[in-house]
Amino acid sequence: MLKIIHMKVNGIERELAVDERESLLDTLRLRLGLTSVKKGCEVGECGACTVLVDGEAIDSCIYLTLWAEGKSVMTVEGLKGPNGELSPIQKAFIEEAAVQCGFCTPGLIMSAVEIVGTGKKYNREELKKLISGHLCRCTGYENILNAMERIVEEVYRVSHKEND
Amino acid sequence: MKIVGQEKTRVDAYGKVTGEAKYTADLEPRDILHGRVIHSTIANGLVKRFDLEEALKVPGVVKIVTCFDVPDCQFPTAGHPWSVEQKHQDICDRKILNQRVRLYGDDIAAVVAENEVAAAQAARLVKVEYEEYDPIVTVEAAMKEDATPLHPDIRKDNVIVHSHMTMVRNDFTYEDGLNEAKETYGADQLISVEAEYNTPRISHCHIELPVSWAYVDVNGKVTVVSSTQIPHIVRRCTAQALGIPVGKVRIIKPYIGGGFGNKQDVLYEPLNAFLSVSVGGRAVRLEISREETISGTRTRHAIKGVCKGLATKDGRILARKLDAYANNGGYASHGHAICANCGNVFKDLYRDQLGTEVDCWTVYTSSPTAGAMRAYGIPQAAWFSECLTDDLAYKLNMDPCEFRLKNCMEDGFVDPANGITFHTYGLKKCIEEGKKHIKWDEKWKAYQNQDGPVRRGVGMAIFCYKTGVHPISLETASVRMVLNQDGSIQLCMGATEIGQGADTVFSQMAAETTGISFDKVYAVSTQDTDTTPFDTGAYASRQTYVSGMACKKCGESLREKILDYAAYMLNHDITDLSKTVYADVVKEAGIKIREALGLAREDEISRDMLEITDSKVLVKGGDPELFDVAVVADTAFYSLDRSIHITAEETNQCKDNTFSSGCCFVEIEIDMPLGLVTVKDIINVHDSGILINPKTAEAQVHGGMSMGLGYGLSEELLVDEKTGKPLNNNLLDYKIPTAMDAPELNVKFIQLEDPTGPYGNKSLGEPPAIPVAPAIRNAILHATGVHMNEIPMTAQRLIEKFKEKGYV
Repeated sequence: MLKIIHMKVNGIERELAVDERESLLDTLRLRLGLTSVKKGCEVGECGACTVLVDGEAIDSCIYLTLWAEGKSVMTVEGLKGPNGELSPIQKAFIEEAAVQCGFCTPGLIMSAVEIVGTGKKYNREELKKLISGHLCRCTGYENILNAMERIVEEVYRVSHKEND
Repeated sequence: MKIVGQEKTRVDAYGKVTGEAKYTADLEPRDILHGRVIHSTIANGLVKRFDLEEALKVPGVVKIVTCFDVPDCQFPTAGHPWSVEQKHQDICDRKILNQRVRLYGDDIAAVVAENEVAAAQAARLVKVEYEEYDPIVTVEAAMKEDATPLHPDIRKDNVIVHSHMTMVRNDFTYEDGLNEAKETYGADQLISVEAEYNTPRISHCHIELPVSWAYVDVNGKVTVVSSTQIPHIVRRCTAQALGIPVGKVRIIKPYIGGGFGNKQDVLYEPLNAFLSVSVGGRAVRLEISREETISGTRTRHAIKGVCKGLATKDGRILARKLDAYANNGGYASHGHAICANCGNVFKDLYRDQLGTEVDCWTVYTSSPTAGAMRAYGIPQAAWFSECLTDDLAYKLNMDPCEFRLKNCMEDGFVDPANGITFHTYGLKKCIEEGKKHIKWDEKWKAYQNQDGPVRRGVGMAIFCYKTGVHPISLETASVRMVLNQDGSIQLCMGATEIGQGADTVFSQMAAETTGISFDKVYAVSTQDTDTTPFDTGAYASRQTYVSGMACKKCGESLREKILDYAAYMLNHDITDLSKTVYADVVKEAGIKIREALGLAREDEISRDMLEITDSKVLVKGGDPELFDVAVVADTAFYSLDRSIHITAEETNQCKDNTFSSGCCFVEIEIDMPLGLVTVKDIINVHDSGILINPKTAEAQVHGGMSMGLGYGLSEELLVDEKTGKPLNNNLLDYKIPTAMDAPELNVKFIQLEDPTGPYGNKSLGEPPAIPVAPAIRNAILHATGVHMNEIPMTAQRLIEKFKEKGYV
């Protein structure tokens, strides 16, 4: 049986009919065409399907769409500026060569948005723990961590200046 | 050289960070049908009959096909070029669905349904009646005299191939070597080591699952969109599987989320094609779950290496012997190629004074099928040779680094069996760099004779790796370049981008060769076998070398064609060109070049007087500048006198091969009561020729090192020996490294220009995964005196060994 659900996706109010058994992953990919959300295991092991729900990074493959009623969902598609500008996080991933096959990339970028959004300064060891729910087989995490470290540092510096 | 060697940003980076790069599943049409494979629940036997009654009642089920419905065609799956010589053709040992069950989870039937849930429900309701045989899961069981042959139509027993090879002389045996050594040096002047070194069955764990979708196009072509490294090979094998001509099959390969060799095999494309054909050509998707992927696609071979080594007391290796037993699982896939490759590098890596003897067996067993995985048998070869080398040095009480420098393969080495040559040799320089980084001499001494539960150690390992597959197999690659009106080009490679950065380095090579600016080179990332030039695909670390040379040749050809046209324009400035919008530009250019070269008005201008740099046509030597390539392109397209669409296409059949090499140095800390290995410092140094893009090259090495860490410390696909059932085919229980397991990864390169590679490069993609595991093992040996002869070196295995020694 389909149920009607309301949620905000990448800033747009959506009213959708979904199967009550449906995962948020399937709703985003199949009903809304948001194909940045990748499926790698369907059981919350790999992190490729990570999106933000009310600002919190979750594995959308093990999150029922019905749970998102009234909530705000964000995917990588939502990061793009009005003229196609990239977010500083995306730029950092490009410049640090943190992208190879690219399949884990959108999920990692969404976790980075959450991490950076806290405004806290994390060291490399803390960042390792924070992204340990994302599996990547191409990069050995080296350049991903370089990108994360850089962006966390940059944002912290900017927000600190603003606060001064 | 300007573009080659620069750290250019990946051409696909923008698409990948925005999530806009389309992978196979992102391109599916709406309302596609869903396929689901039904797997056997026994490991060895025969399907007698199916009962589909309940399954067919599930609402939404469209069709169920079984092993009794598929074409009676046996086909190969290896990502090898086909051979026109029958005896070199890959083994055809499976059908699209199989009645004869050879492993737990074999593909015996499939459901097509309107939705995923119906497909899954129906799959569960299919009842199967089997004739069951005893599972023969291990090599030992499969090689027993009375073992049931898994493929009696192909092999009388379960040995796919046994090969024998030697070094120094054809009839050399290790026994001969031993006798000769005793005579020459005296038994008291010799030391020897005999040991068994084991490697596990592991999984590639690309993050994108094997996924495909298939339909029959309006022209009758069976079309499969698939996440594959080898579209042209998938096309041929799918045709073989369906029993239809190759031209009736079309394969499209979009961006892919990693392959690492698993997708260098034809996986489920033939079944997917058959499912679509079975439902009147409607589009059917087939996504293989993570659990199915780990145990049911391909794995890296578990190879047992029974090794012997003989050396003089002053540290000269005299003879070595390897008996390698590769567990190939239920199907041949790449067959003996991988175990043979393993044996080959084992024998090549050291200069055994008296000789080397190697025997390799590749064996069918009723367990997950082994196929290609990053470095194709060489991680196993390095495990055997590098454990043995350190064990010899340990017995001699000699510095293992010094021991290697004294005995390893030398500059100019040529493999006597196949002629593969070290055209450039950086191995010893790599060792020197690695030594320096890790402060070997100092730490080697400092960590001798430690006591206490927490100790430190340094270890190292070396390797060599060929570049591509010549002369064992065909090496061919084709490229097309198409000029646009604005002077930009499409670069159409048959070679595939699989995450390694191929599109970027090919774009750099194309820019370098044609003179067209890097930002005006558009790599067409999708391969479509109907339109893409032929190339066998991404494997064997071959593409930058073999396909790169095709790219270079094609670039030269395109540049010549552009310059021919530019010369025509300069020679016809006051005739054909006079009425065009470029009349003044060309006329002025004509004056400039004649002045610069001292030519008279009537002298012909030829392409040899011209060059292209940064998308500008210049007088050869760089001065003066004449006009933009766009002026040539636009004129060539629309000239009312001489319209030509300037394109180029070249094939490179590569008949050369060159060794790359390198090493890993590592410092570890071992907490013996916890069985915990912590990598304190690690470096890979690679001799891979000139790097086309140092930044992406370094990133490749990071990924390989991480795989090596997993191989050494945590990864093993376990199979129940009694039932053949996989025990940990999911990413929770199968442990690949996470960010928390990642040490800082250091990378260095020794860049020597290889004369056989385009712009001096040689293999790099696979090698980084090779030396890490044995380097860690040797560091543990240094720290504790404990010989870990089996990977992964898990806490359990370590503690067991430490207990034996009385350390914990």
